[in-house]
Amino acid sequence: MLEELSQLQQDGLRELQAMAGSAELPVWYRTYLGRKGRLTDVLRGLGKLSADERPEAGKRGNEVKQVLEEAFLRRQDEIREAELQASMHSGAVDVTLPGRPVAPGHLHLSIRTLRKIRAIFAEMGFQVYDSPEIDTDENNFELLNIPPYHPARDMWDTFWVNDQVVLRTHTSPGQIRCMREYHPQPIRVILPGKCYRYEQITPRSEHQFFQVEGLAVGHHIRLTDLIGTMSEFARKMYGAERRMRIRSSYFPFTEPSIEVDMDCILCRGAGCRVCKHTGWLEVAGAGMVHPVVLRNGGYDAEEWSGFAFGMGVERPAMLQHGIEDIRYFYNNDLRFLQQF
Amino acid sequence: MALRVPISWLRDFVDVPLAPQELAERLTLAGLEVESINAIGAQWDPQKIVVGHITAIAPHPDADRLCLCTVDYGAAAPLTVVTGAPNLTALLGRGLPATPLKAPFAMVGAELIDGHAADGRTLKLKAGNIRGVRSEGMVCSEKELGLSEDHEGILLLPPDAPTGMPLNEYLGDHVLEFDIKGGFAHLLCVHGVAREAAALLGTPLRSDVWRVGGQHGHTRSPTPPFMALEIADPQRCLRFTATLVQGVRIGPSPFWMQQRLVRAGMRPINAVVDVTNYVMLELGQPLHAFDFSSLRGEQGGGRPLIRVRCAHPGEGITTLDGVQRPLDEQMLLITDGGGAVGIAGIMGGLESEVTERTTDVLIECASFEFLSIRRTSQLLKLRTEAGDRFGKRLDPERCAAAGMRAAYLIHDICGGTVHPVQGDVYPRPLAPQAITLPLDFVHHLLGVPIPRTDVVRILEALEFRVEGEDPLRVTPPLHRLDIGIPADLVEEIGRIYGYDRMAPTLIEDALPNQRRNMRLDGTERVRDLLTGCGLDEIITYSMIALEDEARLHPERQAVAPEDYVALRNPLATERGHMRRRLLAGALGTARDNLRFLPRVRMFEVGRVFQPRAGAVLPDEPLRLCAVMAGLRQPASWHSGRDETPMDFFDIKGVAETLLDGLSLGAIEWRPGEQAAYHPGRCAQVSVGDTPLGAVGELHPRVAQAFGLGAHPVCALEFDLEALLVLWQDGHQMTPIFPHPPVYEDLAFIVDAALSAGDVQRLIAQTGRPLVTDVRLFDLYQDSRLGEGRKSLAFALTYQSLERTLTDQDVAKVRARIVKRLEHELHAQLRA
Ligand SMILES: [Zn+2]
Repeated sequence: MLEELSQLQQDGLRELQAMAGSAELPVWYRTYLGRKGRLTDVLRGLGKLSADERPEAGKRGNEVKQVLEEAFLRRQDEIREAELQASMHSGAVDVTLPGRPVAPGHLHLSIRTLRKIRAIFAEMGFQVYDSPEIDTDENNFELLNIPPYHPARDMWDTFWVNDQVVLRTHTSPGQIRCMREYHPQPIRVILPGKCYRYEQITPRSEHQFFQVEGLAVGHHIRLTDLIGTMSEFARKMYGAERRMRIRSSYFPFTEPSIEVDMDCILCRGAGCRVCKHTGWLEVAGAGMVHPVVLRNGGYDAEEWSGFAFGMGVERPAMLQHGIEDIRYFYNNDLRFLQQF
Repeated sequence: MALRVPISWLRDFVDVPLAPQELAERLTLAGLEVESINAIGAQWDPQKIVVGHITAIAPHPDADRLCLCTVDYGAAAPLTVVTGAPNLTALLGRGLPATPLKAPFAMVGAELIDGHAADGRTLKLKAGNIRGVRSEGMVCSEKELGLSEDHEGILLLPPDAPTGMPLNEYLGDHVLEFDIKGGFAHLLCVHGVAREAAALLGTPLRSDVWRVGGQHGHTRSPTPPFMALEIADPQRCLRFTATLVQGVRIGPSPFWMQQRLVRAGMRPINAVVDVTNYVMLELGQPLHAFDFSSLRGEQGGGRPLIRVRCAHPGEGITTLDGVQRPLDEQMLLITDGGGAVGIAGIMGGLESEVTERTTDVLIECASFEFLSIRRTSQLLKLRTEAGDRFGKRLDPERCAAAGMRAAYLIHDICGGTVHPVQGDVYPRPLAPQAITLPLDFVHHLLGVPIPRTDVVRILEALEFRVEGEDPLRVTPPLHRLDIGIPADLVEEIGRIYGYDRMAPTLIEDALPNQRRNMRLDGTERVRDLLTGCGLDEIITYSMIALEDEARLHPERQAVAPEDYVALRNPLATERGHMRRRLLAGALGTARDNLRFLPRVRMFEVGRVFQPRAGAVLPDEPLRLCAVMAGLRQPASWHSGRDETPMDFFDIKGVAETLLDGLSLGAIEWRPGEQAAYHPGRCAQVSVGDTPLGAVGELHPRVAQAFGLGAHPVCALEFDLEALLVLWQDGHQMTPIFPHPPVYEDLAFIVDAALSAGDVQRLIAQTGRPLVTDVRLFDLYQDSRLGEGRKSLAFALTYQSLERTLTDQDVAKVRARIVKRLEHELHAQLRA
């Protein structure tokens, strides 16, 4: 029996050494050390041995088992390590090949820009107020202090539905609607939306575009609040290093009226084609709500004051992304829209 | 409105100690936007281009069309130049004029514009031989100096131009080009800008030009001895003055006046017309000059008459531009005894025009109601400098003074005498209106305390009268018709004080109640879900042609125009109406994109417009539309070239993801009919009783009508309003199972007409609560299954919150399901 055990150990170690891959490991284990393996087989003969021979044979059997077990574990590690190394070599890929395509969707650039604007004003407590795209001449003009034939009407080229109804030329009619709904509560809203102007479609003008209007009404709203709010907006939208410039301007529905400029983000104020060589870009038209408009909205102009501002949406997007033709926005060429 | 103001002209009225750029910046900040500064003569080298005195002109020995000029240019010795300028060669043989002949002289080395080139290129002047005579410089044309396109002759300077003075010192200038916004007539003139500059700079304003009549002791009368004046319509004509200058000789206007007119953008014509334009530019008041002798009296005879009245029915006039214009009865005319001689405030008539032969000039200087002028100008499509100014509410106060200023300029240039009486009909003179201005109102509105002294200084510099300590009693000057309320005064104070000097603040008022905007939040959620599904957002035009929506019907059934909001003044007929559906725009967009891309997947969220009977405004409900067409897979080396197009189930998958993401509750899908869609591939989607819209493949004929059709076109149209009402944003979490699930596949053979949805519903219902998911994974039809039968294979998930399920648990539920399907659907479990 001792010979048998030696033979078994020898065979086992040899086969283990000759083994080619990890797939053979369990087979070997079953063959030599399994419940029905060769070692069990041999040791089953222990009972037939004499009492003298048994202890030695038993001891030898344990030795063989331990040797084989240890050899197996060593060899298993060796083989797995070798295989791991081999797999890393054979599993290398050409990392320059493109990845599996993912096809994400894209928000329209105008909406993306609107979201940005909205988020900035939301932080300052301005909420969104919706108003219709088709409105009365009264809301779009008259209640905003723009009577018929008034020179101020030249500022808006209008699409007419009939004598009383227009496609809103700006988001300002929403001011009237909002004030009439909320008075006598204080107001802090923005009014984003689509507007229409009778303009031929060219690289610089569209007949359909987005605007964001802002309106704050309270007991102590000041022009400096307006300037502060606009500066805050411009810095969050265009960068903390922006410099602001406030210019006097004219709008029929604000008094005083101002225009808010910032240094050109392209040339940093040195003057370039985009800023028409002035070094400044317009951020918004704004002003203190005209007392007539406040009254038309239901607020006592002696007790209340307010500011309003209005800005385009496409133009900031054009500046930020180097777009020179506004027609891209509503042509809906996906090759354009998918870039943002 | 555009306005060009040469700084040299501005200096007549105010000292400007600033560089032009700085002045422009100050004016811009105060609301007079300078769009650009035109530097005249900046390119003239002061060493090389100077005022020259032509002391002799001699014929060229070898060329008839050339002459030799001896030019004194301030140096010790004069130079000789050769020129072919016709206005100099014409002097050959006639001798020099009595007064010194002056012209711009450019020395060798000077940079000039090439007079023979059209592109404005410059060249450097060299000495040279012209037909054998050495020429040491050049006398220059306006074009060579960049003053105009005129290259006919050389520019002749006034005789008193100082010989040798650098030309840019003598003639150089900066012209501020303004864009004046709003109805500010008082700013549309050189003196108006000067007043602003004076207020901004704190320097005095010179206003003598307004007092010419007084200086000469003139009187005004509504009944001047030389003619009859009548305002028949005092609502529309606020004032009419007539100033007579007799015995004039009309020639060209002087050099300085022509230079100013050209710089301000007007063309010199003759002295009288130039004076009227000059005074308009200077003082803002439009004027009109009549040939006095052409004005007729009543019935064509007697003392000349001017009557301002509206046009009679059928009346017309031939204006100065030679156009015959029909008028309506609200258009105001200037008439004499014989008929119309001008359209009030806009343009004069041809017959009474001043010519070189005119000896007596009548200057009309009037004021008209601005809306009437605007109306006439818009209806006649006739825009003039005068009409634009009157249309911006010009005050009637300036008429008399401007008339006198013009009369004496004509007198100075053309001789003659100004009649001592100025005709002036002014039925209702303006009365000053004082405004009460508490100083703390200024403080509260602006947010900064502006010292009383500054407030008073600013207002007085702008010619407001200020009285009282606090509140102030402020009386605006009569030319400020735009000022009526305290806020108007605050703007004047703020803009002159300087908004840049005011430190920004943030609102200190309490924050108003914050309200949630569910509509907006829901819309944004829809956008996020759809972009998450890989769709691109588009925004199409709201204006469409009715034909676009008719094409959504397979038979192109015409739509009813009364269902649409129509535009009275569309940009083009193909944009004459407002859309009622988003689909047409999306399909056009899909077609345009499929020319360049193998697939499109896109959506639009937008309003549609529906007229409402009896309501002034239409409804504007929000709609959602999605369109998908083309290849399902983006091309990639991983999958090879997969040419499978998208179909119904691609868009249904998007719809399901969207509706699931909105947690609307149980969605029902029913075969539906919708004209635009393929009758067998369209589903109506609803939640409970609320229909949401349709999902399907487009009817092939509709696809074709939009130029689509190589592949199925999938579309979705949902009523976003309905969706937003159902959306709660309050989805309650379903429990997460802590124990591992048991998966099992069950295949049933059922009647082919049975919908998979019904089978699935019954399995789910019967398997409750242990069956937590039922998913169809195979659909199979074969004759071996039996005639009219199909096989549906479902993957079931069994789970329990309490424990790990055993085989017995699952077997029990399975048996229940099989039994019920056998019983109710005659289904047969496949082995
Ligand atoms: Zn720039």
